[in-house]
Amino acid sequence: MVELKSIADLVRDNPFFAGLSEEYLELISGCGANESFAAGSFLFREGGSADKFYVIRHGGVALEMYQPGREPIILQTRRDGDIMGWSWFIPPYRWEWDARALQLTRVVSFDAICLRGKLESDPAFGYEMMKRFIPVIHDRMKAARLQMIDMYGGGAR
Amino acid sequence: MNDPMIPAPFRVKRTRKELEDTFTLELAPIRNSRPFHFSAGQFNMLYVHGVGEVPISISGDPGDPSVLVHTTRSVGTVTDAMWKLKQGDTIGIRGPFGTSWPVVEAEGSDVVIVTGGIGLAPLRPAIYHIITNRKRYGNVVILYGARTPEDILYRREIERWRSRLDIDVEVTVDRATGHWAGNVGVVTKLVSRGGFDPSQTVAMVCGPEIMMRYCVQALNDQGVANDRIYVSMERNMKCAVGFCGHCQFGQAFVCKDGPVFRFDAIERDFYVREL
Ligand SMILES: Cc1cc2nc3c(=O)[nH]c(=O)nc-3n(C[C@H](O)[C@H](O)[C@H](O)COP(=O)(O)OP(=O)(O)OC[C@H]3O[C@@H](n4cnc5c(N)ncnc54)[C@H](O)[C@@H]3O)c2cc1C
Ligand code: FES
Repeated sequence: MVELKSIADLVRDNPFFAGLSEEYLELISGCGANESFAAGSFLFREGGSADKFYVIRHGGVALEMYQPGREPIILQTRRDGDIMGWSWFIPPYRWEWDARALQLTRVVSFDAICLRGKLESDPAFGYEMMKRFIPVIHDRMKAARLQMIDMYGGGAR
Repeated sequence: MNDPMIPAPFRVKRTRKELEDTFTLELAPIRNSRPFHFSAGQFNMLYVHGVGEVPISISGDPGDPSVLVHTTRSVGTVTDAMWKLKQGDTIGIRGPFGTSWPVVEAEGSDVVIVTGGIGLAPLRPAIYHIITNRKRYGNVVILYGARTPEDILYRREIERWRSRLDIDVEVTVDRATGHWAGNVGVVTKLVSRGGFDPSQTVAMVCGPEIMMRYCVQALNDQGVANDRIYVSMERNMKCAVGFCGHCQFGQAFVCKDGPVFRFDAIERDFYVREL
């Protein structure tokens, strides 16, 4: 019960969930659990089933692509307050990267199986969540494009 | 300043390789020993004998006029020739020219410095000034982006700034492998993490125009108005004193009205594609 309450507070404080009705906030909080990951451990790995998404409470996570026999390539990092993971939304619900804790990292993980059922049965809730995830996806795509173009080397500067 | 069109001879006191394609020259005047005073953000015209002349920002400490410091990325004819200079060689200097970072106007405000790649060099004098006069400012946030960890300019110095308790320094890179424990992502993402009061912030932004465009957007998204954002512009230059028109940018001449502009003053021209 104590844990549930602190998750509800976290959900209320995170701008990602701002504007959701009390009913939906409770729904989401009910699917959340606190987890912590030691530095170097994996939150998820490529190919694994994407049955969660995360809010980072404290710490850092590298989203990375492994390459056999070589150092993995870090694609982007996530820090405090960030939302992480949308593969749970898209069939066949598989992670496309590894997520490795860069330091001791505390997260709230949300059980996507439980959420998917609720999203299906309540389209208004589904729409509210879409409205929140699409800007996150848009932000990540924009960042990935800017990372691709060598923004700091353009021209002489 | 003497005749602004006649280069004064300077001697190369020290050269330092900063990165694969970037180097620093420390220079001292040959004919007189007068200190070289400048304001943070100003630039000089550097003349390599028999090759040509280019504008380069001054990247040393404005509080230490005994040495003139330039950090340059080697991209073409003149900058390549500059890189070949050795200790004891001479180089011609005209300057300092242009406008400066608003380090005095920013007193009493939070300061956000957003920069990427070699854009840190023209901002370093402003950072030195702010650190020397730290008490005059509110929160100070320095956000720096580079392509890879190997491309981080002035890395040791950034680490020193980072270790201070009164400055918030964040670095991010576009690409890294597993040994890097810092941020990977664009510098605009760091802007969105805040750490400053947008209505009481002065932002100084320096880097390629694409970077500055997205940084201004990110600062606006945080609530920093365009009249509190300053950018440093680049255009090809010849005279550097407002005669020849080479550096024209809309109504302005970058050499004389810039290179540092308050963003609201150039906003319209900044978004014109062929200017
Ligand atoms: C006010 C001001 C301050 C500057 N400060 C610095 C600094 O501190 N450090 C630094 O390394 N550079 C700085 N520059 C840029 C520098 O002046 C140019 O890199 C230099 O003029 C290139 O000359 P070059 O003969 O070596 O190259 P060129 O042979 O003339 O050109 C080589 C290539 O670089 C491109 N190029 C040349 N100049 C520029 C430019 N200004 N912007 C984008 N692309 C360009 C050309 O299109 C060409 O593809 C500054 C420019 C200005 C206007
Ligand atoms: S360089 Fe001649 S007017 Fe600016």
